[in-house]
Amino acid sequence: MTNVSMTVNGRPVSADVEPRTLLVEYLRENIGLTGTHVGCDTSQCGACVIHVDGKSVKSCTMLAVQAAGCEVTTIEGLANGDDLHPMQAAFRENHGLQCGFCTPGMVMSAVDLVTKNPDLTDTEIRDGLEGNICRCTGYHNIVKSVRAGSNAMKAAE
Amino acid sequence: MYEFNYHKASSVSDAEQALRNASDGKIVAGGQTLLPTLKQRLASPSDLIDLGGCSELCGISVDGDTVTIGAMTTHAMVANSAEVQSAIPALAGLASNIGDAQVRNLGTIGGSIANNDPAADYPAACLGLGAVIVTDKREIVADDFFTGLFETALDEHEIITAIRFPKPEKACYQKFPNPASRYALVGVMVAKMSSGVRVAVTGAGADGVFRVDAFESALDGSFSASSLDIEMVHLPDLLEDIHGSPGYRENLIRVMGKRAVEACG
Ligand SMILES: Cc1cc2nc3c(=O)[nH]c(=O)nc-3n(C[C@H](O)[C@H](O)[C@H](O)COP(=O)(O)OP(=O)(O)OC[C@H]3O[C@@H](n4cnc5c(N)ncnc54)[C@H](O)[C@@H]3O)c2cc1C
Ligand code: FES
Ligand code: FES
Repeated sequence: MTNVSMTVNGRPVSADVEPRTLLVEYLRENIGLTGTHVGCDTSQCGACVIHVDGKSVKSCTMLAVQAAGCEVTTIEGLANGDDLHPMQAAFRENHGLQCGFCTPGMVMSAVDLVTKNPDLTDTEIRDGLEGNICRCTGYHNIVKSVRAGSNAMKAAE
Repeated sequence: MYEFNYHKASSVSDAEQALRNASDGKIVAGGQTLLPTLKQRLASPSDLIDLGGCSELCGISVDGDTVTIGAMTTHAMVANSAEVQSAIPALAGLASNIGDAQVRNLGTIGGSIANNDPAADYPAACLGLGAVIVTDKREIVADDFFTGLFETALDEHEIITAIRFPKPEKACYQKFPNPASRYALVGVMVAKMSSGVRVAVTGAGADGVFRVDAFESALDGSFSASSLDIEMVHLPDLLEDIHGSPGYRENLIRVMGKRAVEACG
């Protein structure tokens, strides 16, 4: 066991884990943040996407020890109290989800994508979400949500 | 995943020492290949030595006609680097099409070429541009580095520290991605160097990345897409799998090669 500490959604956390513990397991099982999902566990689907030091990564493909000392943001860290983050609100308004399983990862990828490139075409949004798979929506409303979320984020600045 | 011990190396020499002390140590860079491999229990190293803390291995520098990229530089950093975009746009473009955004945020150039996946993109860039692979012990030219499927000239405890790319007169990489994995079904790097044209192919070779001599001499004669309407003599054995037959891949080599030449302008 090793002690792994990091900052998650602004809060310092720490737990004793085996080195082979994945970051997503650490977040879900040790810290109790189950918003981050595991869809495939084979680095394909993006349900587990979170931000580590401001970059979106697949938390099923990173060890918790590798993130020691880092600033982590999960889907639980986006909203401001009861106020949804503009990207979350956009997914709700635009029917960007059905079962919702892929949604935490989609939203986290989308926030990273539009923060880096505020003016994206629909094609660029689709390319930017290459690492996120949804088996319900057919993606159309996801793209619409990301576009709306991007505009709302710009307006909020 | 089997159990292992974890070390975060603070420098290359620290990592080298940790590798020597371990009974069966393995380097972890971005982990985007190694962690999936460990999850499938296809490997069981006694120790993982993480290069993530070796800041000396991360970064891009341009000196005259040479672009040097540290082994721990991520695909995203190469793709977004203004220096690479201006010196070797083909290389920045190649990096921007590896996998997806999350893979590019963690995956590294050193990890990609150490792994030498037969469908990976960077091996084509190294071989096509005639790069030099710098390790903690020596320098290896790309022509000697990629020795077979998932095989390289690296010794057991050898660590890649950087890759040096000579600036081409012009170059272009064209990839036909597998629509599911995004890896190259066939990827062709065409580079016009001061010493002559080099053409390297990934995704197609049964022994990994290779050069196409027939294309290189044809393009040395006349640098135009129609020069590639020739027989590709001396091709190595091509891959045969559920994604494509050798004949299909051979055709794609020509199609992607022509597109690359055309895009070079
Ligand atoms: C969903 C997905 C899609 C992908 N798509 C593509 C694609 O389209 N094209 C493509 O080319 N790749 C693709 N990849 C692979 C990706 O580019 C990996 O990042 C890369 O192959 C390995 O780099 P890494 O830094 O993650 O290395 P790791 O996984 O950490 O290591 C890989 C191997 O290299 C060794 N190693 C790492 N660094 C060094 C070093 N400095 N010196 C010596 N040995 C070292 C390790 O010991 C290990 O054996 C994809 C991966 C995923 C998960
Ligand atoms: S659970 Fe991590 S990519 Fe699918
Ligand atoms: S909403 Fe069900 S998987 Fe995307």
